[in-house]
Amino acid sequence: MTDTSTLTRGGGGPSSPGRRRSGRPAKAGGLPVWSIPYVLLIPGLLVIGALLLYPMVQVAIIAFQKVGLPQISGRKPAEWIGTENFTRIFDNEIFWTALRNTVVFAVLTVTLTLVVGTAVGVLLNKLGKKMSTLVIVGIMFAWAVPPVAQGVIWKWLFDAEAGIINWALNLLPNWLSTLLFGRSDWTGEPWLNDAWSIYLVLIITVVWASFPFIAVSVLAGLKGIPSELYEAARVDGASAWRTFRKITLPLLRPVFAVLTVLSIIWDFKVFSQLYVLMGGPANREAFNLSMYSYAEAFRPPPKMGSGAAIALVLTVILLVVTAVYVRQLVKQEDM
Amino acid sequence: MTPLARKRLRKAVLNAIGILVFVFAIFPVYWMVSTAFKANDQIFTTEFIPFPTHFTFEHVERVLTEGVAGNSIWVYMRNSAIVALGTVLVGAVFSLLAATAVARFRFKGRTAFLMLLLVAQMIPAEALLIPLFLRVIDLGLADQLAGLILVNVGLTLPFGIWMLRTFVAAVPKSLEEAAWIDGASRLTTFWRVLFPLVAPGLVATSIFSFITAWNELIFALVLMSESSGYTMPVALQYFFGQKGTDWGAIMASSTMMTIPVVIFFLIVQRRMVTGLMAGAVKG
Repeated sequence: MTDTSTLTRGGGGPSSPGRRRSGRPAKAGGLPVWSIPYVLLIPGLLVIGALLLYPMVQVAIIAFQKVGLPQISGRKPAEWIGTENFTRIFDNEIFWTALRNTVVFAVLTVTLTLVVGTAVGVLLNKLGKKMSTLVIVGIMFAWAVPPVAQGVIWKWLFDAEAGIINWALNLLPNWLSTLLFGRSDWTGEPWLNDAWSIYLVLIITVVWASFPFIAVSVLAGLKGIPSELYEAARVDGASAWRTFRKITLPLLRPVFAVLTVLSIIWDFKVFSQLYVLMGGPANREAFNLSMYSYAEAFRPPPKMGSGAAIALVLTVILLVVTAVYVRQLVKQEDM
Repeated sequence: MTPLARKRLRKAVLNAIGILVFVFAIFPVYWMVSTAFKANDQIFTTEFIPFPTHFTFEHVERVLTEGVAGNSIWVYMRNSAIVALGTVLVGAVFSLLAATAVARFRFKGRTAFLMLLLVAQMIPAEALLIPLFLRVIDLGLADQLAGLILVNVGLTLPFGIWMLRTFVAAVPKSLEEAAWIDGASRLTTFWRVLFPLVAPGLVATSIFSFITAWNELIFALVLMSESSGYTMPVALQYFFGQKGTDWGAIMASSTMMTIPVVIFFLIVQRRMVTGLMAGAVKG
């Protein structure tokens, strides 16, 4: 980290070589020292304020307004309608389906991702150097694929006619396939028509793309555990499972806390992959809250008000989860 | 079984599982690339054809010339690159300034600013879609890449600052103090001492922002209504037509979209986890 060559390059400095002072310069470009951090923060604060905080306040306002085409084009001012947007979405069955889809998907996907990711992380820690490098490079590829391309890839794998999944299922012996699924011929099985099978594919897609991050994080955490602890456990004759539960898990708890909340945040608002898999907001039964909000606000006729109301519900759910996250952070250290 | 045989068996089993994980992770990516280079009669078949035996560039050529939605895929690649690079350039300057402020100065409101960053990171981008869409229209930036850059800067900045400040904090303060003693001004010290040492961290942070902006779908979807302004994630949707899907073309395009991200991932591989985790955990 300490690169002396850069120091010598910058060392003399072009500015007033004769003026030697001890301690820090009192002024920078004529600014009093106390004001420097505030000046440095101005652009960042402006961006965060204008593009994140103010819009967040606006969502909360729009959720109580009627904002359709006339309002968007500026022909009419937004109309204040109280809680009408909320009563309308709460009366709508699609909202409850979307809420259920969002929560069930998040719970299943977060659990699966964490379990698979942790298992692979532990595996990587046990593998030899060459083998673990190979596996890490492999999972890096899955991790790097952009969400839209993830959707495209898995849509192709699960394609009804030429998809490789149906081909593979046809390979199963007929009796086994019939026993397990009640059918033996899978050719032409359309996976992306029904809500439940769309979500099956979506779960596989998201788990495939997100377990690598968990695995590599867990591996980094495992490398930080002193090996003496494991030796002691071995001397005491503890089983592998017991060692994992009594040593690995407690020591990795802070890592897991962060990974869990990050995964929840990512999986609650999944959009790109779902958008590709079902081909736009086509199947109402398969909406989640993000998709429902998008469809309400941007499908003609645009209903920005109820879209904002749905977005607000999603945000509140996420902020509750976030509160847990921030508490965890604050507990771990004082910033 | 002797202990040695047991050990060997254990190792063999672990390696076998390792291979399975490797295949599960890489096969879908391989399948994308191999489909991109297969002739159509090998794509639309119920057979399993592991390698493109009739290796062809026809899909790559087709997406480059004919393209989709009326433009060559180059147009969309270029739009995506402009948006991602624009986001990175603006974001890098802003986040470096703010990260220096929080990592190098103790000032009133510092903790409040850090809390603000955390909260801002937690706001789901999807929730901001509606107000930002209305704002961009008000500003007259609809259908302009500048509007998309603006939005992406907002979405990536909190994390950028949060991550970069750990890199700034890692540079020993004594180096800057030494420069001050030699009479260098604050600005000189910043450019000649701090900046070169923070540069690797700035690269890692920029790559995060680049990937986020490169992959972003939903804002591009609502902000860009003319096809000449589409980014890659939006353009890819147009391959799914009523006449059936041109899988060769879409796989060729997806591959082209994935390549830059994979390269960047391999560059910052090591910093990826420390960055995300440090950004999230470390103070």
